[in-house]
Amino acid sequence: MNIVLRLAWRNLWRHARRTWLTIGAMVFSNTLLVFMISFQFSMYGLMIDNTLQVFSGHMQVQAPGYKDDQKMRQVVLDVQPLAERLRGELDSETIAARGWAFGLASSEERSYGIGIYGVEPEFEGNVSNIPGLIKDGQYLGKSDAMDIVIGGMLARNLRVGVGDELTLLGSGLDGSFAAAVVTIVGVFESGVKEIDRNIAEMPLGAFQEVFYMEGAGHQVVVLAPTLNDAPLVERRIAATLPDNLVVHDWVALQPGLKQAIQADMSSAFFMYGILVILVAFSVLNTQLMSVLERTHEFGVVMALGMRPGRLGRLVMLETTLMGLIGFLLGAAVGALLTYWFSVNGLSYPGMEEMAANFNLPGRVYPQVSLLKTLFGPAVVFLFTLLAAVYPALRLRRLHPVEAMRTI
Amino acid sequence: MRMLPVLIRLAWRYLWRNHRRTIVMLSAISIGAWAMIFMTALTRGMVDQMITDGISVLPGHVQLHNPEYLDDPSITNRVSLTEAELETRYADAGFEAWASRVRVPAVITSERESRGVTLLGIDPIAERDFSFVDYDKVDGRFLESPDDSGVVIGAKLADTLDTEVGKRIVLMSQDPDNEIADRGFRVVGLFHANMETYEDTYAFIGKKTAQKMLRIGDTTTEVVFFGNDYRNVEPTYEKVAAAVDDSMRVSRWTEVDTYLGTMLSVMDGFMLIWVVVIFLALSFGLVNTLVMAVFERVREIGLMLALGMKPASILGQIIIESMMLLAVGLLIGDALAWLTVKPLESGIDISVVAKGMEMFGASSVLYPKLHMDDVILSNVVVLILGFLASLSPAWRASRYEPVEAITKV
Repeated sequence: MNIVLRLAWRNLWRHARRTWLTIGAMVFSNTLLVFMISFQFSMYGLMIDNTLQVFSGHMQVQAPGYKDDQKMRQVVLDVQPLAERLRGELDSETIAARGWAFGLASSEERSYGIGIYGVEPEFEGNVSNIPGLIKDGQYLGKSDAMDIVIGGMLARNLRVGVGDELTLLGSGLDGSFAAAVVTIVGVFESGVKEIDRNIAEMPLGAFQEVFYMEGAGHQVVVLAPTLNDAPLVERRIAATLPDNLVVHDWVALQPGLKQAIQADMSSAFFMYGILVILVAFSVLNTQLMSVLERTHEFGVVMALGMRPGRLGRLVMLETTLMGLIGFLLGAAVGALLTYWFSVNGLSYPGMEEMAANFNLPGRVYPQVSLLKTLFGPAVVFLFTLLAAVYPALRLRRLHPVEAMRTI
Repeated sequence: MRMLPVLIRLAWRYLWRNHRRTIVMLSAISIGAWAMIFMTALTRGMVDQMITDGISVLPGHVQLHNPEYLDDPSITNRVSLTEAELETRYADAGFEAWASRVRVPAVITSERESRGVTLLGIDPIAERDFSFVDYDKVDGRFLESPDDSGVVIGAKLADTLDTEVGKRIVLMSQDPDNEIADRGFRVVGLFHANMETYEDTYAFIGKKTAQKMLRIGDTTTEVVFFGNDYRNVEPTYEKVAAAVDDSMRVSRWTEVDTYLGTMLSVMDGFMLIWVVVIFLALSFGLVNTLVMAVFERVREIGLMLALGMKPASILGQIIIESMMLLAVGLLIGDALAWLTVKPLESGIDISVVAKGMEMFGASSVLYPKLHMDDVILSNVVVLILGFLASLSPAWRASRYEPVEAITKV
């Protein structure tokens, strides 16, 4: 073992309690950081997935301006052939065409204004989780029959169920009066109030007939294999599109989502920053003490010919050792804690009500990952080293004779 | 007790004997205290704003409905009391504000588009003080009376509908017999709200006009009441509940909007956790400092004990030292927090993440708020926990054997 290393190691344990207390501060912060970061990013992942899988998908092809205005006449012409072509070119089944219109749905007793999607039943399930959430009856069949599925709350408010008929009133693409009688074949429950109260889906063919769409629709939804593949897929699609169409990624489609994450992230990182700084002060204090109390001793070794630079390195080495112990222990405890919650799930009082707002479940299972485990402790380690720079630099100003005089 | 002034003086001097250590520790405590209070002020400001906004949209601290209405907001589920009956019950009950209104889902149609909206039939004069719409900042004009024949919609909705002040739109809903009830209106004003969804969702018409259009006589669908403090709505709740029987449902705002209600308690809990976490991170350094402070003066402590000072005085002196350190650190931290929060109280613009804040239900301007309660809470928590943390090193110091301690090198 290197002599400096051995020296550093022994120095560390001269005040075992002090060293452990300093390491304790690191372990405390590291554990917290590992756990919080893992938890936080699991939430973000869920938020993104759950939100995008309802309707938006990873990207959509639309007419320019449709994203902001959602006007009936901002259409994608020949939407089904376009979706078919994209499915072929990208060799992907997770692409589906849709139309959207606003209409008044009336039952015997009640009338409500709702959003009506025209969907391709055989592909919709690949891009949206609504078809999988049917609680009553079944999802739309392949035909272009005058069928409709509606949200659970809407069904309750309209006092209707599977098999009942609804009258739809709205205006068609050309502004003319559109009306149809449709049969409810299924009722879905997404758990999100806005969706369960306001949304209905019918086959695209029937939709186009009712609203005089003449083959047009409003969006082609694309789900990439993973969120990370989305930009590549987006570029490929953009390259093949005619000038009168645009492709929007999920950030553009759901600007709130990314911003909510950013807002949450900045407040979280402010808090992490404070924690790290507090640990750094703890280390600074310890190392300053340990240098000051050894002034006499340092004076002696310097008088014997040791260079101040080497002494500085000794102090840095001590800090590094201490930091490493804190790093390893903290990362390990943090990962274990996260692992425990990844099995048992985490929930706190009030979480369910809050989480529903962000399409989140009331219990979250954070995932342990190497990057999220190491990131926090690595930053703490870095700041630990930075904190030791001042005490180490002080040594350069040490004068052997004066130093030896201090008690 | 006679010893106290001496102990305080001793503690203060000891603190400055190793001024570097004290300064490092003070900085840490100050930063910790600053972060506690600053963060609390930001969160408090955000939550306050969210709740005030939320309550002005609901609106009301307490609401009165037909028991069916909240699950099924249909015109058939009306308040069974007429306006005159409500008036006799509540006019002199001493609420800050109260109003009865008609609120039903409706469809709004312009020449080009139709959309679903929440139709509000209101008495604009009664709602002026609590409405989320600032009447003076409406493009065009706001409604002037319950008989007003115009409609006021959000600026965003007007964009979507391709309509503007002076143009006509049609509102369509249903009457109690499920007959379509519709009527043409002239758009007289466009309102602006600090959240886009509000501009998309609401259409205001006069209450009397709404009652005529929906053919519901002089009945309404909800009655809203304001007390003077959203945190304490019980007095209002009891007054409202006392005047009606079980055929009506009286709800507090926390029940009507469970997200907002939960938000309040979760944030209160979160702030306490944040204070404790910061303290724990500080506590390691604090205990460390005390351990060192004791360690480097073992001989003096031995001497004092040998000269007849009571162990309790040694214990007291170390604790006083720790409390002084914390108190000074907290004072600096409080001052820093005050200095940083005050200039920001006029609002921090975070409109870059406006849509994100809307998901939280918050607006795009953050008004940090320094609540005395929060400042006191964080200071007291730190002092109490600090006291507990210093017990162990102080206890050790007071248990030294005088002879052993004096001879210790």
